[in-house]
Amino acid sequence: MQETILSVGIDIGTSTTQLIFSRLTIENLASNYTVPRISIVDKEVIYRSGIHFTPLKSQTEIDAAKVKDIITEEYRKAGMKPKDLQTGAVIITGETARKQNANVVLESLSDMAGDFVVATAGPDLESVLSAKGAGSDRISEETREVVANLDIGGGTSNIAFFHKGNLKGVCCLDIGGRLIKVENGKLSYIFPAIQELAERHQIRIRVGDRADENVLYRVCEYMAQQLAMALYIEEPDDFHSRLYTNQGKPLAREPKVQAVTFSGGVAECMLHEEGDVFRYGDIGVLLARAVNRCTAFRNVKIYPAAETIRATVVGAGTHTTDVSGSTISYAREKLPIKNIPVMKLSEEEEANGEEMKAAIRRGLSLYESQEDTEQIAIAFSGKYHTSFAQVQELAHLVIEGADSIIRGPYPLILVIEHDIAKVLGNAINVLLERKKDVICIDGIHAGNGDYIDIGEPVAGGQVVPVVTKTLIFNT
Amino acid sequence: MVNENDLRTIIAQVLSEMNLDQKEDTKEAGTSGCAACGSEPVIEEGCLPDVSEVDIRKQYLVENPVNGEAYYDLKQYAPCRLGIGKAGARYKTDPVLQFRAAHAAAQDAVFSDVDQDFIDKMGLFSVQTQCDSKDTYLTRPDLGRKLSDEAVKTIKEKCRMNPKVQIYVSDGLSSASIAANIGDVLPAIEQGLKSYGIDTGTPFFVKYGRVGAMDQISEITGADVTCVLIGERPGLITAESMSAYIAYKATVGMPEARRTVVSNIHKAGTIPAEAGAHIADIIKKILDNKASGTDLKL
Repeated sequence: MQETILSVGIDIGTSTTQLIFSRLTIENLASNYTVPRISIVDKEVIYRSGIHFTPLKSQTEIDAAKVKDIITEEYRKAGMKPKDLQTGAVIITGETARKQNANVVLESLSDMAGDFVVATAGPDLESVLSAKGAGSDRISEETREVVANLDIGGGTSNIAFFHKGNLKGVCCLDIGGRLIKVENGKLSYIFPAIQELAERHQIRIRVGDRADENVLYRVCEYMAQQLAMALYIEEPDDFHSRLYTNQGKPLAREPKVQAVTFSGGVAECMLHEEGDVFRYGDIGVLLARAVNRCTAFRNVKIYPAAETIRATVVGAGTHTTDVSGSTISYAREKLPIKNIPVMKLSEEEEANGEEMKAAIRRGLSLYESQEDTEQIAIAFSGKYHTSFAQVQELAHLVIEGADSIIRGPYPLILVIEHDIAKVLGNAINVLLERKKDVICIDGIHAGNGDYIDIGEPVAGGQVVPVVTKTLIFNT
Repeated sequence: MVNENDLRTIIAQVLSEMNLDQKEDTKEAGTSGCAACGSEPVIEEGCLPDVSEVDIRKQYLVENPVNGEAYYDLKQYAPCRLGIGKAGARYKTDPVLQFRAAHAAAQDAVFSDVDQDFIDKMGLFSVQTQCDSKDTYLTRPDLGRKLSDEAVKTIKEKCRMNPKVQIYVSDGLSSASIAANIGDVLPAIEQGLKSYGIDTGTPFFVKYGRVGAMDQISEITGADVTCVLIGERPGLITAESMSAYIAYKATVGMPEARRTVVSNIHKAGTIPAEAGAHIADIIKKILDNKASGTDLKL
């Protein structure tokens, strides 16, 4: 039994805006004689938009109306309507995410991009999505190596690295092809940190200078070197730490990176270096050349990325959605729900009954102190309560701890890692005599401070699509 | 043909020779043993590690592997006896002992009875099929599908008749699986059905039962849906796996294809409590659709 769901990915980046539609195939991998195990078995991109320059009103404001026009036109070309889509993500990435009106743009798109399309952003998430779009996680899983992806875009370079397919860390540097812009043969914009980097190496560049290919190439060489430093394949210098976006953290030194993939607009240029170097009105082509020739990268293997310039949008369209466990409990009419903040209980809290109850109360009171009480999802591992008797005890603890939710207007939402959601949902429903809407799902790992979306059930109602968003706008 | 007397003589002769050899053997072994160690045996404190406690996913015994880490990662996907190394042409001692321990556990699961205290604790009364012993049970599958006359009478006396759902428990081929899972599965099914407002009949235990006994029980109780929780034939990975067979209005002689089954219920398979909740859902679907087995698309 196979079933497909359609997903959209929209990426509004510093330099380009793109969209893809993809088809996710879900299938029950268990035999007919056991409890179902439904997973996403295939992800196929079925439509790729053109690559549009992101319309800006000024250096600090995105032109929301023009972005919407681009997206509307691409929907029309693809023959897709918002109601055809079951899931997806709109993300605003790189420097653009720091623009004043980013949230407004996201909201205007969320309305038109289908019922269950959600807005997410933040450099950490972008690093993960672009690496998955580039296929680094898969390469790492197959080769059992430590593989890093460098998504070198217009404003930032997003790095994520994997060992045996598992994410080991992310970082984001202010290094990109559009950090120096060229108009009519003259420099029209220089990002301050890049100007400083150049000055440290006795290269003086000012806005209004003639765009000299040789001078700018030397700047790009230093930028490429900084990328190598981020992976520790070259020892970081004392300026390196200044280049992390929003004073972010560098990667861990271990495990040591063995192989690299390149994605992003600059990676696209790495494949096509020839032609006018300033054809895009920036230093992207020069930066591509500098990365290609950077000696430090000769110490690691380089694998071709599955996607280059579209890595982030493919990642957003195909890798944000997960499916829940196949034995769950939910109030059908309450789904979908979007952007629910997650309150995660620590394992110590969960291991002790009274402590767990207190922790739920404490956590909920934080949200209640705000003006309008929000919906909230309570997340925990569930590994301390697996027998029937323990699950009954857990049901009592949750009901007593979350009595403020139970008295309130919103459903009780529980997000659990271990496979106990159905039996726990039943226990709570019996205790509350089905007078309260309960959504109890498992197979989902969510952390404190994450946001979660739960979609309408698929596969005959056995599973729900789930998008877990780590960090919305890392400021 | 050898006649009986000849046979006796031969056997007597063989036996006497064997005894003789054995005596000499023991004597020899005794003396050489003492000479070798030269001291009294010493009794140490502590105990040997339990071979059945080893997690075979985590045990990788190949010496000098080309890529042991990759093999170890593969092993995590299934509890198979792979990558257990060799001593010359043979298995190593540890895997051999584990294998024999698993085999012994499987045999015990088949040949032991479910503890009466456990049945009492679960609040079940006990009836028996037409088998009178494990041997009959194993050699006469047909008798394991029929209840004894007394069993029929007891069920008629003690069970509430014509319930929506009749659940019962049977030892099948693994008594160990009943002891391991029923405490979680049975209440989870009952709670799940209760949350849907579906009433259940009086549960009980059937000794020496085959799956087919559910058809007769369905006819006796007049239940819409009959569900048996029964021990699966044990394997070498677990002896504690249990199945649920569920049928809508089962009748004696109906096709096997009318049964819906949920198998592989044990702590390393489908978690028993969650399986119970899932079975309750299936029973609801069967009641809604008035069909089970291949007639019902789940």
